[in-house]
Amino acid sequence: MQKFEIFTGIVCPLDRSNVDTDAIIPKQFLKSIKRSGFGPNLFDEWRYLDQGEPGMDNSKRPVNPDFVLNDSRYIGAQILLTRKNFGCGSSREHAPWALEDYGFRVILAPSYADIFFNNCFKNGLLPIVLEEKIIDDLFRLASDDQALGMTVDLHKQALVIGDERILFEVDPFRKHCLINGLDDIGLTLQKIDAIKAYEKQRKSEAPWLFHGK
Amino acid sequence: MSAKTLYDKLWESHLVQTDKDGTALIYIDRHLVHEVTSPQAFEGLRLAERKPWRVDANLATPDHNVPTTERAGGVKAIEDPISRTQVETLDANCIEFGITEFEMLDTRQGIVHVVGPEQGATLPGMTVVCGDSHTSTHGAMGALAFGIGTSEVEHVLATQCLIQKKSKAMQVRVEGKTGPGVTAKDIVLAIIGEIGTAGGTGYAIEFAGSAIEDLSIEGRLTLCNMAIEAGARAGFVAVDDKTIDYVRGRPYAPDSDQWERAVASWRTLHSDEGAEFHRVVTLDAAAIKPQVTWGTSPEMVVGIDDSVPNPADEPDSVKAEGMGRALDYMGLEAGTPMSDIALDKVFIGSCTNSRIEDLRAAAQIANGRQVAANIKLALVVPGSGLVKAQAEEEGLDRIFTDAGFEWREPGCSMCLAMNADRLSPGERCASTSNRNFEGRQGQGGRTHLVSPAMAAAAAVSGHFVDVASLINR
Repeated sequence: MQKFEIFTGIVCPLDRSNVDTDAIIPKQFLKSIKRSGFGPNLFDEWRYLDQGEPGMDNSKRPVNPDFVLNDSRYIGAQILLTRKNFGCGSSREHAPWALEDYGFRVILAPSYADIFFNNCFKNGLLPIVLEEKIIDDLFRLASDDQALGMTVDLHKQALVIGDERILFEVDPFRKHCLINGLDDIGLTLQKIDAIKAYEKQRKSEAPWLFHGK
Repeated sequence: MSAKTLYDKLWESHLVQTDKDGTALIYIDRHLVHEVTSPQAFEGLRLAERKPWRVDANLATPDHNVPTTERAGGVKAIEDPISRTQVETLDANCIEFGITEFEMLDTRQGIVHVVGPEQGATLPGMTVVCGDSHTSTHGAMGALAFGIGTSEVEHVLATQCLIQKKSKAMQVRVEGKTGPGVTAKDIVLAIIGEIGTAGGTGYAIEFAGSAIEDLSIEGRLTLCNMAIEAGARAGFVAVDDKTIDYVRGRPYAPDSDQWERAVASWRTLHSDEGAEFHRVVTLDAAAIKPQVTWGTSPEMVVGIDDSVPNPADEPDSVKAEGMGRALDYMGLEAGTPMSDIALDKVFIGSCTNSRIEDLRAAAQIANGRQVAANIKLALVVPGSGLVKAQAEEEGLDRIFTDAGFEWREPGCSMCLAMNADRLSPGERCASTSNRNFEGRQGQGGRTHLVSPAMAAAAAVSGHFVDVASLINR
């Protein structure tokens, strides 16, 4: 996983609550057996006017001018601002893959669905929880004629807009993994002895759990 | 020793290690695998030259992409080349890594969340995971079961463990007797209507109360299946006699020499008297009507005797806007009685409602009736090959086909429309699945979630109707 470094990017405001992972990446694109290439189909049904299918040349498709991702102010945005319960529904990791592939690095919302939230960290994507009132303020700023730029400093857990700083919370373990680009599996495999000891104990207590057929 | 919740017991019995900040490594007993969320995980193993930690903990079956029509041609005959590749990739990965797979033409093939309990591969007291959010289903067995992403699928394959933080514990109590025609599906939709689709976020939900105890295991599977639609990764029910009777004799159940010991251990799988929850919600079973969703989120739900709500009556402006957008998408007017809503298609199936009791309930309504003329397609898709065989033995297939329903092969089908079964833009469907999201059953498709009996009632009436009026005929 890539290390998460300090960066400055544009904020794209997606003013909807309960955005589900079916909307983030529709099912027809889940048939891929790869991890990459989902970006052009991020929010496919909202972003384009025609029906998207895998293998289409997305650059030739009619875009929905009313969808915020197609607004010229937000081209190249790396920070997605949205409403509560973002990423609900299906567990598909294709959702963070699509967001990351498109270029998003950070999401700002009042709340997230659990599985999606968890999946983000595995892919170098930082979902930040902010109070509803701050989110409201950011929506006002981000909807201005001039796009809103913001610096995200994970070390200091701060969002910087001009002279203003908004501090945010992040789980220390996840922060550590993001900053160092650590792979969870590698970390867990350092605990082989503990896993084996657990298995041994469990096998004597509940041997029926260790029966393959 | 202080009183423990069922969640505490399930969690503590799987703890391998806890770090100072509360990050825990928990052991996974059962990993179910399907074709959509696993290819990248197997690829990850290969790239890192890793092997599965414990091959026998895994069980695989293709479900999302498989056709529900003629299968005699096997995997090679799957029309959509990308779907075919995904199913072939699962087959190849299971062979390469030595994982048991119920392949497409195996009678035991089906939707993972139907197959697991049916095989006894999901047992009380287990931790069960799968790269699918509806893994919460297996909590009905008194297990800690939850959906994971593909990175975690790879993590479980490689280490048999997951890095987790303990959730908060919620208890949802449903007390009293349900009215006629009210099923587990109606109970869980009513719960979601009450607490909202984010109401369970950050929680593990234990379902309890007399109405839950009255449910069969299949009803509890339906209930726990939709815990995720309330935002909770895991939902579960305490073990009782029904749970133990259900497991007895299934292929993966403990052998006879271990059975008594296993049962003794399962008997402890309940919350202790006086155990404390972070939140308790109580519903009156008698007040629950057969439920129908009207919008594009499972929380947008009302009773069949109700009308489409008006966004103007909603004080929260963000919520009102969402309601307005949902009504636009659904092509509905506020104030329309739910029973006036006419339908184009009916889908009976999915990991929520495709088990034998679901099919029996639908067949009871379909029996001797005809699918209404305005219904273009009424589909019945059993949850597994074994459910299908059982239904055919009982003659349910004939009841359905005589009434004008199509009887299909097992799979996820039109719940998420990854195969050929889907809605066309603007089409309206009564569906026994779990998500009424925009585009879920096909771009522009309009989904109303209901129970199997309500779906069958809608199919023979052409519009929604209180199933109780057809039962009491």
